[in-house]
Amino acid sequence: MFTPPPGRRAVVIAGLRTPFAKSGTVLRDATAEELARHCTRELLYRAELPGDEVDQVIYGQVVPSPLLGNVAREVSLLPQLPRTVPAYTLNRACASGAQAICNGADQIMAGHANVILAGGVETLSDVPILHTRKFAQILANASRAKTLGHRLGLFAQVRPRDLVPVAPGIGEPSTGESMGQSAEKMAKENHISRLAQDELALMSHQRAAAATADGRITAEIAPWFGGPKMDQVVTTDNLVRADTSLEALAKLKPVFDRQYGTVTAGNSSPLTDGASTTLLMSEERAKALGYRPLAAIRSYAVAAVDPGWQLLMGPVYAVPLALKRAGITWQHLGLVEIHEAFAAQVLSNVQAWASADWARRLGLSGPVGEVDWDRTNVMGGSIALGHPFGATGSRLVTSLANEMARRDVQFGLISICAQGGMGFAMVLERVV
Amino acid sequence: MTAFTIERRGSVAIITFDTPNESVNKISKAVGWEFEELLQRLESDEVVKAMVLRSGKPDSFIAGADIDEFVQLRSVEEAVRLSRDGQLMMQRVADSAKPMVAAIHGACLGGGLELALACRYRVASDHPKTMLGLPETQLGLIPGAGGSNRLPRLIGVRAAFDIILAGKSVPSKKAFKIGLVDELVPEAILLEVALAAAEKLTRDWEPARKGRGLTGFLLDGNGIGRSVVYRKAREEVEKKTGGNYPAPLRAIEVVHTSMASGMAKGLEAEAQAFGELAMSDVSRRLVEIFFATTALKKDDGVPSGTARGRPVRRLGIVGSGFMGASIAGTAVLNAGVEVRLKDADLARVGLGLKTATDILAGQLKRRRMTRFEYQRKRAYLTGTGDFSGFGDAELVIEAVFEDLAVKRQVFASIEEAVPPTTVIATNTSTIPIHEIAADAQHPERMLGMHFFSPVDRMPLLEVIPTDRTSADAVVTAVQFGRRMGKTVIVVADSPGFWVNRILLPYLNEAGLLLEEGVPIETIDRVMTRWGFPVGPVMLMDEVGLDVGEKAGKVMHAAFGERLKPSRVIGVMRADDRLGRKNGRGFYFYKDGHKAGVDGSVFQLLGVRPLGEVDEQRVEDRLVFAMLNEAALAMSEGVLRTPRDGDVGAVYGIGFPPFRGGPLRAIDAMGAAEVVGRLEKLEASQGPRFHPAPVLEEMARGGHRWYPAGNGR
Repeated sequence: MFTPPPGRRAVVIAGLRTPFAKSGTVLRDATAEELARHCTRELLYRAELPGDEVDQVIYGQVVPSPLLGNVAREVSLLPQLPRTVPAYTLNRACASGAQAICNGADQIMAGHANVILAGGVETLSDVPILHTRKFAQILANASRAKTLGHRLGLFAQVRPRDLVPVAPGIGEPSTGESMGQSAEKMAKENHISRLAQDELALMSHQRAAAATADGRITAEIAPWFGGPKMDQVVTTDNLVRADTSLEALAKLKPVFDRQYGTVTAGNSSPLTDGASTTLLMSEERAKALGYRPLAAIRSYAVAAVDPGWQLLMGPVYAVPLALKRAGITWQHLGLVEIHEAFAAQVLSNVQAWASADWARRLGLSGPVGEVDWDRTNVMGGSIALGHPFGATGSRLVTSLANEMARRDVQFGLISICAQGGMGFAMVLERVV
Repeated sequence: MTAFTIERRGSVAIITFDTPNESVNKISKAVGWEFEELLQRLESDEVVKAMVLRSGKPDSFIAGADIDEFVQLRSVEEAVRLSRDGQLMMQRVADSAKPMVAAIHGACLGGGLELALACRYRVASDHPKTMLGLPETQLGLIPGAGGSNRLPRLIGVRAAFDIILAGKSVPSKKAFKIGLVDELVPEAILLEVALAAAEKLTRDWEPARKGRGLTGFLLDGNGIGRSVVYRKAREEVEKKTGGNYPAPLRAIEVVHTSMASGMAKGLEAEAQAFGELAMSDVSRRLVEIFFATTALKKDDGVPSGTARGRPVRRLGIVGSGFMGASIAGTAVLNAGVEVRLKDADLARVGLGLKTATDILAGQLKRRRMTRFEYQRKRAYLTGTGDFSGFGDAELVIEAVFEDLAVKRQVFASIEEAVPPTTVIATNTSTIPIHEIAADAQHPERMLGMHFFSPVDRMPLLEVIPTDRTSADAVVTAVQFGRRMGKTVIVVADSPGFWVNRILLPYLNEAGLLLEEGVPIETIDRVMTRWGFPVGPVMLMDEVGLDVGEKAGKVMHAAFGERLKPSRVIGVMRADDRLGRKNGRGFYFYKDGHKAGVDGSVFQLLGVRPLGEVDEQRVEDRLVFAMLNEAALAMSEGVLRTPRDGDVGAVYGIGFPPFRGGPLRAIDAMGAAEVVGRLEKLEASQGPRFHPAPVLEEMARGGHRWYPAGNGR
């Protein structure tokens, strides 16, 4: 277990996000930059943090616009901050936001920074649409052509099929399998029933709805002023369905295997737009500035599996590693946040952690742990709230830290599965 | 004094103009003498073959002539001579055997531009602060140091009129486009490029000047075309000035003479016109207003040295209606501060953010701002439903609905949200500030800031301290107001403050005239002819009849029978007429634009519009209602100085600047004459025209508001 020098523990002070919205709906006109800047700026105001205290900005984004490669720098160029705050954007797929926070924590523990804004953003309403490689080459050559004749000659090579735009895929480049297909495969191989998946989805919606109604979630959201007159104010996530039921979920057709499949739009996380930022500090700086930290980042771990196998099983490996690095066991956990990419994936992970068979495969003396649903995803999860790839990690950290403070829980765990067979886990510890 | 220093670079002498102990360079007599001496020295210096003129002031080349010297002038002859001297100085530069190149960075105005025009070559920096112009007409003058002659020769008559007649300056990019400067370069290489040009000029290099294109030739290149240009310019000027400002017309004459009869005749005409204009009342009044405004820029509203303001970095605004939002947008635009806009209802916050953003977008659209600047400034604007982010605000402006109870309640909640050091201002046009501050925990940081609508365009701000307001708070508000681009006057906390105090009796008199059947267009025409930008009836439409009604009641309650509101607003309100804002007023509106007089007020009043009207009587009633009230307010100590009153009237209600403001107007007429006219009006109209006691006193003692003599 790594112990940072005195005062150098990285602590979570606060976090804030935009509403999470189904792609193509209320945030469709916003760019990633606008979303990221909006929640970060609002976080600064709500935390009453003077901008010149900020040392670094680290942001995660999975599908960046080719027009804007480093969204983090756009965030650090908010006029509320000095122009001299360095910033970078990283991509650890769906764990990007969490990775940004852990990178920030590393910087703090190493003594390289005291105050860091870390988070992530995704807008799938603004995905780049590409031309085919051949058409792109013709355009590039045409721009270099010296004569009109040469230019026309180049364009004469264009065939209709070259003009069909190409959307960037979110499937696995190594296997060609889409995320949903992987989830479907896992459901079958791990024998996760349709009912179990739908029940998890129902719980996700009900808990998210309750936490929205009682204000725990809305307190983490910076209202978004949308519409041409900016008076269409979005204060909540628009994917949560308080009124859904098992019957309604059961009616949905499987998406990836129409005949024998169990993975539906209802028990998967939807394509979502949103951004989230978490404010990190060294413990000593927090104290000097008069902040009361919500939690400290105790450990984290990343693992990866062969994407050709069960794509979303990475967390099974990452979690025991993070627990070990934290020097604790599953029994110490008072709260657990599992990113819900698919109900089938969550249940597959949960099953593996509880399995003696899996414990042997992981080289552990016993199972990782048994999930207690009363202490897991207590404010709902990505199925109900949505999943802007880059942002989810920061949402999880903020929500978990807030809930740990509310419940006065000593240890909390975050588990995230990510594209490429990766798994991410993080242990938070309450700071008293 | 040594305003000029010389540095040699090979055969070129770099002349750096840097007047000691001044923030900007001005061309004065003394500077002229020194320059003359310098030229003689350089001309007899065999090593020197050419010269480069640059400024030692940061971001400012030459701000113009020293206007103080204009004020000293005693006669037309003296003024003509001043102009002649200026012309000679420029002629020396133009005729010198050693060519001079102007390296222009920062403001290059008036006499400064005339000097640059006399140079053989002009290089300007592409910096946004590099602005070139001839603002003389704004002071009722014309460019009198050869500028009226050289400019049309350099860029053509039509383009020269664009610059001379309105007195507005152009950015260097535009100046390059129209040929006013020969080269446009980054500031970093300005001197090098100017030096290279100077060096080339010594080798008989003829700089190529751009042609003016076909339209240019058709309009400028021949006599017939030019006569069209002159006629058009004259028509336009007459339309804009209503014949009240002679300078632009004289400028047209001078340019005409110069182009038709040659430069010698032109310079003669220029000096003569300058001389006559400089001694005219119009120019004197405009110069006085200019000085008053300049003086106000250095006046923090309290005796200097007695208090310190806090620089505002974050501004909180409570109430995101049109007023609050416009204050927000203007503050971001001009002061570059963070603005937190708070309202209880988030949808209203959003609308407010939109209104504020639109002010920035307007600047972007008019290319007064780059897209990057726009993005950056826009990010200063944030909205909130609670007081989050208010803790660090140095200033909070409350701009909620005009209702005492509401304002008090909001004020209390602001006090809870901010530290005791935060200055809290209330934006109100009618409610006494001390009443809003009655229950304040820290009354010393509380004051009024009365903005005028539309905030982004109206240049005036009234700052209203109460008896308990600290001097520090006043200074904080005044300095911030100035950063917002406002001319700020400090006014006592009495009903209507200053601007509305003098405006209301005037508008009310317009209402009484309407009651008598005086046609709307007559009333408005009489007052625009007198020099107001809009007449009183149209102004009521603009202000909004609901606002007018409220203000009327407050003033009536405060001042009694004298300001009893006319029936007009009541009947208009009963007919759901709010003015422009709901498209129903004294005028018709179509798509937000005025579309002719709507006479229905007369049906509502049950009177028949008069066919024939004594327009002089209409003018007298309106003008003297305002002048008398101005005198009353002054005698009550509403203002610290008559200067503030006149500036406030000019910038707050468009009082004709060439009349110098209501108090100057009284001085111009003489108090005795004013009292006489008021007595006549009192006899025919009733006691509301009873002369202010202070005027009677002034009339008896032959006193004035301002000391006689020159305008400072």
